[in-house]
Amino acid sequence: MGGKKISRSRVLPGFGLTLGFSVAYLSLVVLVPLSALLINSTGLDWAKFWQVATDPRVLASYRISFTTSAAAALVDAALGLLLAWVLVRYDFPGRKLCDALIDLPFALPTAVAGVSLTALYAPNGWIGSLLAPLGVKVAFSQLGITLALMFIGLPFVVRTLQPVLQDMDRDAEEASATLGAGRFRTFRSIVLPSLVPPLLTGFALAFARGIGEYGSVVFISGNMPMKTEIAPLLIMSKLEQYDYAGASAVAVLLLLISFLMLLVINSLQRWSSRKKEAV
Amino acid sequence: MAGGVPGAAAVRQVRTSRASAEKPLTKWLLIAGAGLVLLWLIVLPLAVVLTQALKKGWDVYISALSDPDALSALKLTLFVALVTVPLNTIFGVAAAWAIAKFKFKGKGVLITLIDLPFAVSPVIGGLIFVLVFGANGWFGPWLADHGFKIIYAVPGIVLATLFVTFPFVARELIPLMEDQGQQEEEAAITLGAKGWTVFTKVTLPNIKWGLIYGIILCNARAMGEFGAVSVVSGHIRGETNTLPLHVEILYNEYQFSASFAVASLLLLLALATLLIKSLYAEKNVR
Repeated sequence: MGGKKISRSRVLPGFGLTLGFSVAYLSLVVLVPLSALLINSTGLDWAKFWQVATDPRVLASYRISFTTSAAAALVDAALGLLLAWVLVRYDFPGRKLCDALIDLPFALPTAVAGVSLTALYAPNGWIGSLLAPLGVKVAFSQLGITLALMFIGLPFVVRTLQPVLQDMDRDAEEASATLGAGRFRTFRSIVLPSLVPPLLTGFALAFARGIGEYGSVVFISGNMPMKTEIAPLLIMSKLEQYDYAGASAVAVLLLLISFLMLLVINSLQRWSSRKKEAV
Repeated sequence: MAGGVPGAAAVRQVRTSRASAEKPLTKWLLIAGAGLVLLWLIVLPLAVVLTQALKKGWDVYISALSDPDALSALKLTLFVALVTVPLNTIFGVAAAWAIAKFKFKGKGVLITLIDLPFAVSPVIGGLIFVLVFGANGWFGPWLADHGFKIIYAVPGIVLATLFVTFPFVARELIPLMEDQGQQEEEAAITLGAKGWTVFTKVTLPNIKWGLIYGIILCNARAMGEFGAVSVVSGHIRGETNTLPLHVEILYNEYQFSASFAVASLLLLLALATLLIKSLYAEKNVR
């Protein structure tokens, strides 16, 4: 096998050209610009960085980004499990259409999602007008941010769960049923354990996306400092005031969180596939 | 699921309905619950765009779309997609060829780096180009001296869009080409075909649908990107305004019907993208 691989790489042409081009283009479009943020082009020293990073308004924006993203990802994990289960296990009229619609948040420009959700949950909107008499304020509150992030994150959970559910071997479920376990017990002790890795991966993907999300949130959040101002928006408003140093400081922290999430997601996926192979 | 051997599927159905399946009531309750979730989270936002766009009638709708600012935003959006999608497509094909057909050190790192723009907030995707090319950035003073404008101009929008749409084609092609292996290409080479001929006659037909799907996704994001473009655009009407930015401007001016009219154009783009995606999924199953 190994020897074959080596001879193969000699047979096909274009390795140097395609790899060289890919690495050069990657550096130009992604790596060099990203390094501009990390190399501290704004002349920010540690003291100033620390001062910006621990500013109450900055800390509040991180807290808001974290809690709303986590809440949204959590709800998405539950709803996504229901959707994935129904789409994989049952056949019903309109199943294909429902399956296709799951991807709408991927395909819809975030600004469109933003204005649409705001109109939906505003006090005079379809859902907002139902909730307003109950004293529930959705638009221009953290609840609104969470709902926007739920919309954005939902497909991540469904699309991570679906292939796992599809490949799942039904024999263990059959055996459990034959041995007299009820359906719910079978689900809890046979199905759910093998869904834990993809559920965690889907949660992490939705959470990571939520932390960085901007377009769908700015319209519905109302953007009040300390209350509904998310971290990406704070970067934006610092830039609008030409505070490059401040914007960079907030962005560097956000970038580090994103890298951390990338690591977590990668190891979750590796765990997930190892578990699949073991079964 | 679909397209299996009919007999086998029928057998499985019988077996599952006996032992490991929910009672019909539970099953239909779950389906109804999933339907409600879908209606609430996906269908309602979609319906809001269409009803708000047509709230004040077709005349307002048409005039919102034929407004000169809207038309120039449309033109810029098409232009940006026309530049960025081919560039990222060429990159995607080249990267997938190198990664899927050859073994080399650092392949895993390269794949992770290609995915990087997906992990980064779009706002950061715009910010980094401001730090490089902006007035106070690395090349800012030099660019100003030589009369080039990148930030708050079209080149900045192109760069930010290149960044956020960077992984789409590569990410679609790499697993596809890895699955297909390299035997067919090797056979063609052994029979004396040149490299480019092998690619166009052997590889391209095999990856055609994955490539189209990647391009469609890349295009949808290129035309719909908001956060990254918002940072570098400067929002100059008629000059650096793309369709998503135009939606925002109209919305902030309380021209809701016009804003949703432009938004409905972008919604159509999204629906067309989903349609092509489902067609691709069908092809894949067969």
